[in-house]
Amino acid sequence: MTIAFAATLLILIVGWAGSALGLQYLLGVILPLVAGAVFIIGFIWKIICWAKSPVPFAIPTVAGQQRSLDWIKPNRLECPWTTPAVVGRMILEVFAFRSLFRNTRAELTTIDGAPRVTYFSNKWLWVFALLFHYSMLVIIIRHARFFLDPVPCCIAVIEFVDGVFQMGAPRFYLTDAFILAGLGFLLLRRVCSVRLRYISLPADWFALFLLIAIAGSGICMRYVSKVDINLAKDVIMGMATFSPVDPSGLGAMFFIHVTLVSALLIYFPFSKLMHMGGVFMSPTRNMKCNTREERHVNPWNKPAHFHTYAEYEDDYREAMIEAGLPVDKMPEAKTEA
Amino acid sequence: MYNKKFVIPGIIVFVGLFTAPFWTNTFSGKHEPAKLELPKAPVTFFGEERTACVEPREWMAANHMELLIDWRDEALRNTKRIYVASDGKKWETSLQNTCMACHTNKAEFCDKCHDANSVSPYCWDCHVIPQGNNNEF
Repeated sequence: MTIAFAATLLILIVGWAGSALGLQYLLGVILPLVAGAVFIIGFIWKIICWAKSPVPFAIPTVAGQQRSLDWIKPNRLECPWTTPAVVGRMILEVFAFRSLFRNTRAELTTIDGAPRVTYFSNKWLWVFALLFHYSMLVIIIRHARFFLDPVPCCIAVIEFVDGVFQMGAPRFYLTDAFILAGLGFLLLRRVCSVRLRYISLPADWFALFLLIAIAGSGICMRYVSKVDINLAKDVIMGMATFSPVDPSGLGAMFFIHVTLVSALLIYFPFSKLMHMGGVFMSPTRNMKCNTREERHVNPWNKPAHFHTYAEYEDDYREAMIEAGLPVDKMPEAKTEA
Repeated sequence: MYNKKFVIPGIIVFVGLFTAPFWTNTFSGKHEPAKLELPKAPVTFFGEERTACVEPREWMAANHMELLIDWRDEALRNTKRIYVASDGKKWETSLQNTCMACHTNKAEFCDKCHDANSVSPYCWDCHVIPQGNNNEF
């Protein structure tokens, strides 16, 4: 936790100090472009690495009754045996985090004086994960207003809905609060639960701190330490059209935000955040569960050499009869003689 | 590589989405920085001809919305109609009588940046949109 916090702080200080020391061009133009390239190439590289791992067998998972006999009710979504059902399972997984919805919590309790382990449904993680991910999506889509010229009207619609309460100027966005609520829960859950804190690694903390710092610096740039967004758009459009514009007129908060985002983009393909691409490649989610219907043969098995019992008996029949062992096939010639 | 027929289209969709700003901008023409029409002649406030804005230009570019919302609250809720700027000059807290006295053309001033950055302030839900150019009232 300390390491992750220090690392996030270091990136923040690099952004702030860089803008104070006149490295605006490096931090505001070169770094984001390099980070974007690392993100895209790293992402593809990681996906190809994963796609090289063979997954020959369908993997039926717990909670899904596979289709077998007519009188056993199969579970179409948990154990799909048709492609549309697999697609349905994937859609629910990607858009509604269905496996997280089934999250249970185990606790040691006492029932009638006897210690018992009880499992019960725990939806908080699901709710806040959903809150965080959808806020993040809306925020990324909203940022398209800096990357596109002219700005498509669908972006304006999202902005209108997001700022529907018309509080303050610049208008307060709901997703700004939601993303902090979501991230705050995900962080507090690791801090407050002893078991979770024990299994949390620096990588778990770093992703959370980095995202909180990004959301925080963005919110700060919008509501507190404002920058001239018209100049910011010129700088970003310069990047998007590969004709860079000097960003030195922008405030320090812009460079802090951009440095943190660049760090996220560089870190992304090599971290657990790759679940963004990985969710589509989960073998327990994206394969048909038809192991009773079809025989799945490992495609790279070497042709095996079998020595059947009949052949074994052919080899040792005489010896077996001599030893008084039962044989399937009595040698006919011998019985006649 | 396994499952090429799913993995390769997936990668193409990913790259397409995340590089959208780069390839859409090559089709939509060059981005021009917004050209604002700035006031040409000085305007008289409190018996004094003034050429500079209420607050420094850089500060206004980033923070004008905050100033305007403060002015609205001060004028309408606290009936405080005088604003003292950081340089000590007095201004009337009024969008139409102060701001728009110099920046007379909404389309050539406000809208330039707001449209470019997809900002839709609700000033004009109450205020009348001025149509003319400088000193054309």
